[in-house]
Amino acid sequence: MSEHRVIDAKNTYCPGPLMELIRHVKQAEVGDTLELLSTDSGTANDVPEWVAKIGHELLSSEQIDDVWHVTVKKVK
Amino acid sequence: MTNKISIICLSGEHEKLQMAAMVASVGAASGDEVTVFFSMNAMKYFIRGNEEVVPAQGEFGSTVLCREGVPSFRDLFQQAAELGDAALLPCSMAMDLLELKDGDLMGEFGPSTGLTKFLSDAEGAQIITF
Repeated sequence: MSEHRVIDAKNTYCPGPLMELIRHVKQAEVGDTLELLSTDSGTANDVPEWVAKIGHELLSSEQIDDVWHVTVKKVK
Repeated sequence: MTNKISIICLSGEHEKLQMAAMVASVGAASGDEVTVFFSMNAMKYFIRGNEEVVPAQGEFGSTVLCREGVPSFRDLFQQAAELGDAALLPCSMAMDLLELKDGDLMGEFGPSTGLTKFLSDAEGAQIITF
């Protein structure tokens, strides 16, 4: 059964949000989705770049009220 | 493709330690093969239990990087090792001069390493010096 986890990394600076996401992706099971919340503007560029490099799946990336919500599916 | 990144970390300035730690942690956690070789003034900030405040080069190191929410360079190096298997290697010359032994440094550090070994491992790597 896949899980959806929300990782609240608001008010931390680069590379804090990315490292938090990576920590949780490592602990997650294949098929789980992780939604990173971040107020760091670099997140919108850095996380998709990391996801592409590692080979996971970027499901969505949007800014809502100054908070980036980037959702990633662990695929391997 | 896996990149090989060798970082020489010798400055005892906050800004340089921070940038070295950022490159090491992001690179290692992104699948790059990262080795960090510590020497000179950088070394003492990694002695186990030493929470000494590092001197700043300028405003970034004295105030900006001290804001809440900025990850500490010690934590970032730790994450580089834990999440990305980065090798954190202390220079054997600096260890000898500071009279340090393996085990005196933070737990993530590897064994005391000579320059010959570091340079031979760094063959083909991007070398970045801080």
